[in-house]
Amino acid sequence: MSNTITIWRKELQSYFRSPIAYGVLAFFSLITGYFFYVGVVYFVRASVQSSMMGQSQPMSVNESVVRPLLGNISVIGLFLIPMITMRLFAEEKRSGTIELLITSPVKDLAIIMGKWLAALTLYASMLGLSLFSMATLFFYGKPDLRPIMTGYLGLLLLGGSLLAIGTFISTCTKNQIVAGVAGFSVCLLLWVLDWMSSFQDSVAGKILSYISVLQHFDSFAKGVIDSRDVVYYLSAIFIGLFLTARSLESLRWRA
Amino acid sequence: MIKVEGLTKRYANYSAVNGISFQVEKGQIVGFLGPNGAGKTTTMRVLTCFMPPSGGSASVAGYDVVEHPMEVKKRIGYLPETPPLSPEMEVGEYLDFVGRLKGIPSASLAARVDEVAERCAVGDVKKKMIAKLSKGYRQRVGLAQAIIHNPDVLILDEPTSGLDPQQIIETRDLIKSLAGDHTIILSTHILPEVEQICERVIIIARGRLVATDSVANLTSRLRGSETVSVEITGANTDAAGVQQKLAAVAGVSRVSLRDGRDGRDGLLSFVVESQEGQHVRPQLARAIVESGWNLNELHAVGLSLEEIFLELTGAPKQDINSAHATTISAALPAEDAPSENTGTGEK
Repeated sequence: MSNTITIWRKELQSYFRSPIAYGVLAFFSLITGYFFYVGVVYFVRASVQSSMMGQSQPMSVNESVVRPLLGNISVIGLFLIPMITMRLFAEEKRSGTIELLITSPVKDLAIIMGKWLAALTLYASMLGLSLFSMATLFFYGKPDLRPIMTGYLGLLLLGGSLLAIGTFISTCTKNQIVAGVAGFSVCLLLWVLDWMSSFQDSVAGKILSYISVLQHFDSFAKGVIDSRDVVYYLSAIFIGLFLTARSLESLRWRA
Repeated sequence: MIKVEGLTKRYANYSAVNGISFQVEKGQIVGFLGPNGAGKTTTMRVLTCFMPPSGGSASVAGYDVVEHPMEVKKRIGYLPETPPLSPEMEVGEYLDFVGRLKGIPSASLAARVDEVAERCAVGDVKKKMIAKLSKGYRQRVGLAQAIIHNPDVLILDEPTSGLDPQQIIETRDLIKSLAGDHTIILSTHILPEVEQICERVIIIARGRLVATDSVANLTSRLRGSETVSVEITGANTDAAGVQQKLAAVAGVSRVSLRDGRDGRDGLLSFVVESQEGQHVRPQLARAIVESGWNLNELHAVGLSLEEIFLELTGAPKQDINSAHATTISAALPAEDAPSENTGTGEK
């Protein structure tokens, strides 16, 4: 456990000593800020229009601002996660510091958990920045808090799974760029699979849409915690970290 | 302390190490010698539990590297060929990080970091980022990293490579001072280093053990004949006459004239080889002086360990005139020996 913390601390420190963390955080806040602004402007205009039309039913902030924003954040995550994970093992393999880790009395599990948790911490702090936007909604309106909370829980689970897969990909190469590109391709693929949901009637379509990571996020954004989706994400995290462990082990036999 | 039996490491197409066996006693400094690609790094990686052997066994302090890797890792300090440094960290932070990894209790960690930093002469750069350090400092931070948990066994892969002469001397002294409570294996291809630091030598070539003995024993065992370089001026006969005279000295087996060196100011230069086990330098000097010639120079050539090394590793023997070269790496043909991988990558 203490080894996990040691590695977690070191990884987090490395993130914030390199431009990666700042780049990711800056890009994320820029683009979510933009989506948030556009969403709010659209909402205000539409609600003014609807009240002029004499509609008594007020528009829901959750439905027209929060939910689309959470959806957008989940997609932006797909693009940023490979940047977070690409260096985790690739850099260690390139510079030879992996020899230090492997020849230290530390279990593989501690190494992997330390690194994955550091990546997750960076991802979580990135999500944290978008909470400022959410907070402003509470100053001017009365959005429902619960869907926001479940939405962020969903984002963490979604991010955790992609980070686990990205960590695995990073153990396969010593080139960060290769790890980044491969991770990005996988994320993109998992996203595109979502589009198959339109032909959900066929068996293949059903399977593909089940595999798609974003498909399982919808219920969280609606404010529902569906155990099927939780199980999906937890198993994705498990598979990703399990593959990482196998890959790290095989590194020894091949090295 | 270290016991290796029939150690074999096979890769897809070839064996990097082939049935090596040796033992190292507690407190010894052992030099691990061999041309590039001989299997030095591979053997060290097996001992440090970086990779498992394909055959045979290795144990450190009684713990097998495959059965009890955690126990072995606790007792080993390892400096790989490229020091495993994180460039974005400060030296102090990095040593602190390694100390924690190696399981030093946090109460005594700060004191221990200061101690090894002082010992490896990196105390003055503790607040500097590793990325900004020179090669010599990096190497010493690497050494500090290896000894931080005060391991029983130290495994150093070319610890002095890339250092300047002053630093080399300091590093050697440091390594020597570590002997006694630490058992040390160091690989190198710098032969004088082995003669200076090590008590024993293990020579491997092409994945096989070719010799393991003390430095003194190896030297006396293999140094059959003595080779002497002689320079004479003021000879009253021509070169051939002098050559004859020298060849007549008791114990001399062969005298050859060095090309292009005679004639200049009457300077004659010869290489004299003695018979097996004979010391001919006093007799040579007397013979020359008694003939009334001037003896300009007389010294034994043939840097013992280098010749032994070349003989044992089966490389062609070098011309005696260039035997002063201090490293043997350039002298060895690349041959079939695959180049040693410096990274940790796929081999």
